[in-house]
Amino acid sequence: MNKHNITENELHAYVDGQLSTLRDAEVKEYLAAQPEVAERVRAYQSQNLALKALFNPVLDERVPTRLDALVSSPVVEVQALRTRTYLSRWSLMRLAAGVMIAVISGVSGWALHDKFLPAERMAKMQTLPRQAAIAHVVYSPDIRRPVEVGAEQEDQLVSWLSKRLGTPVHPPKLGAMGYELIGGRLLPGNSGPVAQFMYHDASGQRLTLYVSKEITGNSDTAFRFAQEGPVNVFYWIDGQFGYALSAGIAKAELGRVATAVYEQLEHK
Amino acid sequence: MESNAILAVIPHLRRYARAMLSDRAAADDLVQDTLERAWSKFSQLRNGSDMRAWMFGIMHNLRIDQLRRPALVTRPIEDEDFEMPTRPTQTDKLEVRDISTALQQLPDEQREVLLLVALEEMPYSEIATTLGIPIGTVMSRLSRGREKLRILMEGPLPSTKLRVVR
Repeated sequence: MNKHNITENELHAYVDGQLSTLRDAEVKEYLAAQPEVAERVRAYQSQNLALKALFNPVLDERVPTRLDALVSSPVVEVQALRTRTYLSRWSLMRLAAGVMIAVISGVSGWALHDKFLPAERMAKMQTLPRQAAIAHVVYSPDIRRPVEVGAEQEDQLVSWLSKRLGTPVHPPKLGAMGYELIGGRLLPGNSGPVAQFMYHDASGQRLTLYVSKEITGNSDTAFRFAQEGPVNVFYWIDGQFGYALSAGIAKAELGRVATAVYEQLEHK
Repeated sequence: MESNAILAVIPHLRRYARAMLSDRAAADDLVQDTLERAWSKFSQLRNGSDMRAWMFGIMHNLRIDQLRRPALVTRPIEDEDFEMPTRPTQTDKLEVRDISTALQQLPDEQREVLLLVALEEMPYSEIATTLGIPIGTVMSRLSRGREKLRILMEGPLPSTKLRVVR
């Protein structure tokens, strides 16, 4: 009956157009003589058609920006960097991945000056300002409860945050720069708690200092600057600590404050 | 240009994810995770290897990871808890059954193969590479998936009770 020895697998390959022309003709011939098998094959063929009819419209949908941006934005960066021959393709991709992380959170305008840092450390560096900026954007507009523990209970704040971070942390005094401490809060980081101190000036402009103890390795870094949408961030790594100072103020002014913070932390 | 190749694959990843998960947001989340993972593993993509198969492979592995992750502990609801009023079924043979409902009743592994075949028109050998399974397994999953779908679509209505969703 099955003079061509048509196998079940070949029936499927026939349905999917994955047979050679010769074999395809032989299966056709076989099916002509086997109405029941032919019926089953027709059912499989209509499954393929129905699935395409059902899901092909997705192909024509506009790709959500969050997916598109993931790919298209780094391309620009990669192409811009491609002219620099001292960067390997591999490190380009790492850079692109870093840029992409920023893009995901709706951020652009990264300064790509980290290319000489080891990649892993670079990745850590890049999450620091992003997380700090997000924490800033989330909590600083809060009028009624911007902090968990207020500055009037600074001792409590210090001992609480120190205990939770497992190491002494002190909010720097920025009164000389025109910024008074409002208080602080504890936030979830990637692998443990992080602290956020909040300050404001006479006009109500808020500034946050994000202190993360999640940094491993011991190469300290100089100041780095990142712009995350409306928020400017200065950040640096000092020992096991990562610091990020965020505010919606001009880069130069934020830089002055960051320098003051840095010096106080150095000489505490 | 690799990025253009990735861009070209995105609609395909979305179509497949939508068919696999039948939930638009969850599907796009899976695509997003896939793209992120793809970028981080870009260096492993050998020149000349097929971008589409590579990306679908990443998506497959991510999905396996997600499925393995312990889910919330839930108590299954007995079908009998929800005896629904049933509609007349005499005309069912004449109706076009809802293939998307039937599709979701296939085991994951069968649905996966069927969709790569039907939507992506992937050669069987490529599916084997993408999913990391022998080609014989591809064929048996395809065969069982198609037959089950056929029975679901053509056979007597199995039950008009609500299906248990875990």
